[in-house]
Amino acid sequence: MANDARPMLTATEAVERRLRSGTTDWRSWVLEAALLLSLLVALGVLVVLLVDIAATALPVVGDRPLEFLTSPMSARPERAGILQGLVGSLLLTVIVAVVAIPIGVGAAIYLEEYARDTRMSRFIRTNIRNLAGVPAIVYGLLGLAVFVTVLGMGRILLAGGLTLAVLVLPIVVITASEALRAVPGSIREAAFGVGATRWETIRSHVLPYAAPGIFTGTILSLARAFGETAPLLMVGAIAGTFSLSGGVPDQLTSRYTSLPTVIFHWAGYPQDEFRALTAGAIVVLLAVILLVNAAAIYLRNRYDRKW
Amino acid sequence: MTATIRPERSLAPTDLRIAPARRRREAGVRLLFLGAAALSIVISAAIILTLIGNALNFAVQVDPAALRTDGWFPRRGLYDIATIVAGTLVISGIAMVVSAPLGIGAAIYLSEYAGTRTRKALKPIVEVLAAIPSVVLGFFALAFISPVLVQSLFPGTPLFNMLAAGIAVGILITPLVASVAEDAMHAVPAYLREAAYGLGARRRTTSLRVVVPAAVSGIVAAMILGVSRAIGETMIVAMAAGATGGSLFNLNPLDQGQTMTAAMTALAIGSDQVRGAALTFESLYFVGMLLFAFTFVLNLISDAFVRRVRSNY
Repeated sequence: MANDARPMLTATEAVERRLRSGTTDWRSWVLEAALLLSLLVALGVLVVLLVDIAATALPVVGDRPLEFLTSPMSARPERAGILQGLVGSLLLTVIVAVVAIPIGVGAAIYLEEYARDTRMSRFIRTNIRNLAGVPAIVYGLLGLAVFVTVLGMGRILLAGGLTLAVLVLPIVVITASEALRAVPGSIREAAFGVGATRWETIRSHVLPYAAPGIFTGTILSLARAFGETAPLLMVGAIAGTFSLSGGVPDQLTSRYTSLPTVIFHWAGYPQDEFRALTAGAIVVLLAVILLVNAAAIYLRNRYDRKW
Repeated sequence: MTATIRPERSLAPTDLRIAPARRRREAGVRLLFLGAAALSIVISAAIILTLIGNALNFAVQVDPAALRTDGWFPRRGLYDIATIVAGTLVISGIAMVVSAPLGIGAAIYLSEYAGTRTRKALKPIVEVLAAIPSVVLGFFALAFISPVLVQSLFPGTPLFNMLAAGIAVGILITPLVASVAEDAMHAVPAYLREAAYGLGARRRTTSLRVVVPAAVSGIVAAMILGVSRAIGETMIVAMAAGATGGSLFNLNPLDQGQTMTAAMTALAIGSDQVRGAALTFESLYFVGMLLFAFTFVLNLISDAFVRRVRSNY
């Protein structure tokens, strides 16, 4: 088709003209800005949350930080502290660590190192994935029915700790499995080649290489247990005041509370003094959880091994 | 293991046989690990038996008319299931309106736009947000989202309202949606992007017309998982949505409302006092079974979508 008004362009010239045209691609720009904005909104929420809570907590955390940590709970806000919550949460976390880590890592070792791809092992894997998706509060019902009622423990700290251990168990299994899977088969073959049995191979070759990954995953699940509230309300962590007495064994078998439970309880009071106390307790909770997470991210980057 | 070989005898194949003690230890260790893995089945069975047993107990004894009344007031014997299911749906709906654009937007940016450095700097934001316990977001909803955001946008709204709780739940599940969606886009092979760039497509076209459609199963899975988590979320709604003593049927997000999880918390906290009263305690398990069934089905569907992504590439 002849068009005399427009000079003929060669393909090269046409492409060049298009590339040099210099018009801004507004639609692309808007899309990129919108996508970045969604990340920045998340960042903004995080900043506002931390600043708002820190500001609310200032009267408590700024004026009497040590006393706040070491005083027992009290109905009088000017004297109240979080001692019982702190002690309860630490003991609960220890129980979770002692129960969930060995069982979880053991289950992961079985699934990754021993089990062949049978219907049974596939069923166990699917089952663990499903358990990880069960809402926390349902684990509370399980703990209430099994530990508190059927086993007759009553509403004691040990029952709460076991409930939390069951809750984080699937997470421990999943993260430990991932760490074990990342160890290449050649490492195992080297050990089998010199006559090691399966367990000897696992102990001396696989576990040392998987240890940083397993460690990171397990401390993250402990942090999760530390901040968990709903299941403890089911199995009877109490919100009222009580006195801590006796040593650790007495604590395990007596009534208890936890730091998040204290936060929940105090958040229900409308007075400004209690808002400051709640925010103060949240500062302590977040400090623990964010420190643990930072440590885990640091360890992961430090020991991340590319095979 | 040290095998002693006497000089007068040459090495026979039997000398290479594993020692009985070593074999026994091997079998013992294996059994121990098998036991640990099998425990997960015991836990699942215990959950299902506990829920079904106690829920049946409730279903048999309750007056069917009490399940369809004006509201959920367990202490007065009114167990209108529709009320707490409606509350749950309202809250989860708001949570999805907040978390789907934020989570998927963040995922597309991290996976398609951010360079290695930017990614390393921005990813921890999502991870830190994921680590915040829900009781903290519950307080944030009550102390900030409701008074500062909701009440100034909609004057006259009560401090406890479903909108503030729903927004907080949305913030809670955003990191989950983002990370599952990002995994799905990450799994899209590089050659699809290269093919698009080779045809002269821009980054916008490549992301929206090639990568997102290829990862759509994973993105759907992320949203379903988000809904499942929102339904099961407890502390935020127990603290910020109000109506802890019971609720009339209500779909207005600017009003108080009760979800299944909040109803369970209210029952459990007060369970000491109401021990003798009618069926309140058993109703706890009935609601728990409903909650378990909802989330279980959603998780299964989400799992199927995730597997479809994996089988495609």
